[in-house]
Amino acid sequence: MITLIGVLGVPLIAAALLAVIPDYRLSARLNGVMSFIAFVAATLLFWRRPAIGDFILVDDLNVVFIVLSTFVGFTTSVFSASYIGHELETGRLTPAYLRFYHAMFQVMMFGMNLALVSNNIGLMWVAVELATLSTVMMVGIYRTHEALEAAWKYFILGSVGIALALFGTILVYLAAHSEIGGGLDGMAWTVLVAHARGFDPALLDIAFVFLLIGYGTKVGLAPMHAWLPDAHAEGPTPISAVLSGLLLNVALYALLRFKMLLAACPGGIAPGPLMITLGLVSLLFASVMLYRRRDIKRMFAYSSIEHMGIIVFAFGMAGPLGNFAGLLQMVMHSLTKSAIFFSVGHVAQIKGTQRIAEMGGLAESHPLLGWSLIAGVAAITGLPPFGVFASEFLVVSSTFARQPVLAALLVLGLLLALGALFMRVSAIAFGPVRGPAGPVQASYLPMFAHLALVLIAGVYLPAPLVAWFQHVAALLG
Amino acid sequence: MHAISFDVAKILAGSLVLTSFLMIYQVRLLALLNVLGVHAFVLALAVAWQAHVQAAPELYITAAITLIFKSALIPEALRRIVVRLGLHREIENVTSLGLVMLAGVGLVALSLEVMLPVTAQADPLTRTDIALALSVVLLGLLMMVTRRNAVSQVAAFLSLENGIDLAAAGARGMPLVVEISIAFSVLVAFLVIGVFLFRIRERFDTVDMHALDAFRGDRK
Repeated sequence: MITLIGVLGVPLIAAALLAVIPDYRLSARLNGVMSFIAFVAATLLFWRRPAIGDFILVDDLNVVFIVLSTFVGFTTSVFSASYIGHELETGRLTPAYLRFYHAMFQVMMFGMNLALVSNNIGLMWVAVELATLSTVMMVGIYRTHEALEAAWKYFILGSVGIALALFGTILVYLAAHSEIGGGLDGMAWTVLVAHARGFDPALLDIAFVFLLIGYGTKVGLAPMHAWLPDAHAEGPTPISAVLSGLLLNVALYALLRFKMLLAACPGGIAPGPLMITLGLVSLLFASVMLYRRRDIKRMFAYSSIEHMGIIVFAFGMAGPLGNFAGLLQMVMHSLTKSAIFFSVGHVAQIKGTQRIAEMGGLAESHPLLGWSLIAGVAAITGLPPFGVFASEFLVVSSTFARQPVLAALLVLGLLLALGALFMRVSAIAFGPVRGPAGPVQASYLPMFAHLALVLIAGVYLPAPLVAWFQHVAALLG
Repeated sequence: MHAISFDVAKILAGSLVLTSFLMIYQVRLLALLNVLGVHAFVLALAVAWQAHVQAAPELYITAAITLIFKSALIPEALRRIVVRLGLHREIENVTSLGLVMLAGVGLVALSLEVMLPVTAQADPLTRTDIALALSVVLLGLLMMVTRRNAVSQVAAFLSLENGIDLAAAGARGMPLVVEISIAFSVLVAFLVIGVFLFRIRERFDTVDMHALDAFRGDRK
C-alpha cells in the first residue's frame, strides 16, 4: 500500500505544493525530489505489491512500465531544472508560468502512473485523458502563435482519439456484459481476461478497431500522427522528452492490454495483422519524412513515430520473440530518445533557434554536448554497441524467420531513417561553427545516465532482466 | 409498458441524430451554438429516460450534468467568446453542403449496418442506442473535418462527445458513467476556458487591446 501511495500520492501532493511555491529554484528542486521518491516507490513495487482491487492492479507487465515511467520522469525533472533557468533568463517563461509548468508536470506524472496501475478500463481512460490534458497545457505554454496552434492541434486530435477509445471501451463492456453482468467487475482487467473466452467476438472485434484507432492516435501511429511533430517541436524540451519517452508508452500499454483481451477470446479477429500494418506504415512514412525536416525537434519527433512503428510492429508479430523485442525496443527507445531531447534542448538554447540550417560545428564548440548528441543518434539509429541495436536486430531476425518480405520492408525503413538522421546530425555536429557558441549551464548527468544504461543493455543484458522480459513476453501471448 | 419505453428511447436517440444533421448545415456560428444547446438537451432527455427505464438513479445525475454543463453553460461560454472575438456575423464557408449531408446519411446507414448485427444478443434498448450513438459520433467527426473555424470544430467535438454519452448511458449498468461524464465536461471546460482564453489574451495583447476596452464601454 505504501508503495502505491508513493507512486500515486506523491505526484499529487507535489502538484499541489508546486502550484503554490513562488520561488522557482526551490520548486525545481522539489520537483526533482518528489519525482525521485516516486521512482523509489515504483522500484519497491517489484517486492511489495498492493492487493489486486476493483481499481488497482500491479502485475508483472505494468511494473516494467511504471518503473520506466517514473525513472524517466525523475531524470527529466533534473534536466528541466537546468533548462528552465535559461528560459527564465531569456524571458521566454515567467515565474508564474513556471509554477503552472511544475504543477502540470506532476499532474501528468500522476495521470500516467494512474493509467498504468488501474485495473478498471474506465479509470484508465480517465487517467490517460488527464495526462493528455496536462501535456496540452504545457505544449501551449510559450503562447507563441505556433505553440498555440500546436496545442490546439494536439488537443483536437488527442480528444478525438481518446473519444474513439472511450467508445471502444464501452463496446468492450457490452461485449462482456452477457458473460460477466453489470457493475465494476465488467470493467476490471483481471475479471475481463479471466472470462474473455465467453465474450461476444463480433462486438469485441469492433471494439478493438475503435481502441486501435483511438489509443493509436496517442501512440502517434501514421496516419493519426499529425499532432505529434507539432507538439514536440513547439513545447518546452522537457515535455518533448516525456511525450516521446513516456506518454506514447502509456497509450501503447493500453493497447497491449486490449490486445491480450482479444487474444484470450477465441473467434475474435487476430490483432496482429492490423498492428503490423499500422506499424510498418508509420515506420516507412516517418523514415521518408525525416529527409525533409528543417527543425531539429521536429526531426526527432518523426524519429519517435518511426520507433513507435517498429514497436507496434514487433508486438503485432507477437510470439515470445516478437514481444520480447517489442518490450526491449520500447525501453531502449524511451531512454535514448529522452537523452537526445535533453541534449537537443541545450543545443537549441545555445543557438537560440531550432532550425538545423543555423547550427553547425557543435562537436568543436561544445565537445561534450556535441558528442553526446552524436552518441544519442548513433544509439537511436540502431548502431552497435547500443541497446537499440540489440532490440532492432531481434525484431528483424524474428521477422525474417517468419515473413521475409515484411523483414525487408522493415530493414528498408531502418536504413532510410539511419541515412536521414546521420545526414542532419553530421551537419549539426561537424563542419564550421555556425550560430552563437556561448557557454551553457547544462546538466549532463541525466543524459549520460540514459546513454550509459542503453550502452550497458547493448553490451550485456543481466540474466534476471532477460528472465523477467521473457516472462512478460509470454504473458503478452 | 416495455414497448412504449422502447419506442420513447428510440425516438429520443433518433432525435439526437436528427439534431446532428441540423448542426451540419448551420453556417452561422451563433445558430450553430444554439443547435448545440438543443443537441445536449435532447441527450439529457435520452439519458433521463434511460435512467427511468433501467431504474438507475445515478444516470439522473448524468442527465443533470448534461443539462447544466453541456446544454447551458458551455454553449453560453462559447457564445460569449464568439461575440468577444467579433465572429458573430461571420458566415462559414462550407463547401458542397449537399454532398456533406449525403455523406452523413451514408454514415448513419453504415453505423446501423455495422452495429445492429453484432449487437443481436444485447437487449433491444441498448442495441438501438449504441447504433444511433455511433451515428452521432461519426456525424461529429464528419463535421469536424468539414469545418475550418475553431469554434465550430469545438461544437462538432461536443456533439461527438454527446454521442459517446448516449452509448455509455445505453450500456446497462455500466459503472463510472457519471464519473466519465464529469471527466468529459471537465475536458471541455478546460478547453473552452484554458485554450480559448489563452488565444483571446494573446489576441488582445498584440492586436487589439482597444477593441476589448471599447466593447466593455459599450456594455456599460
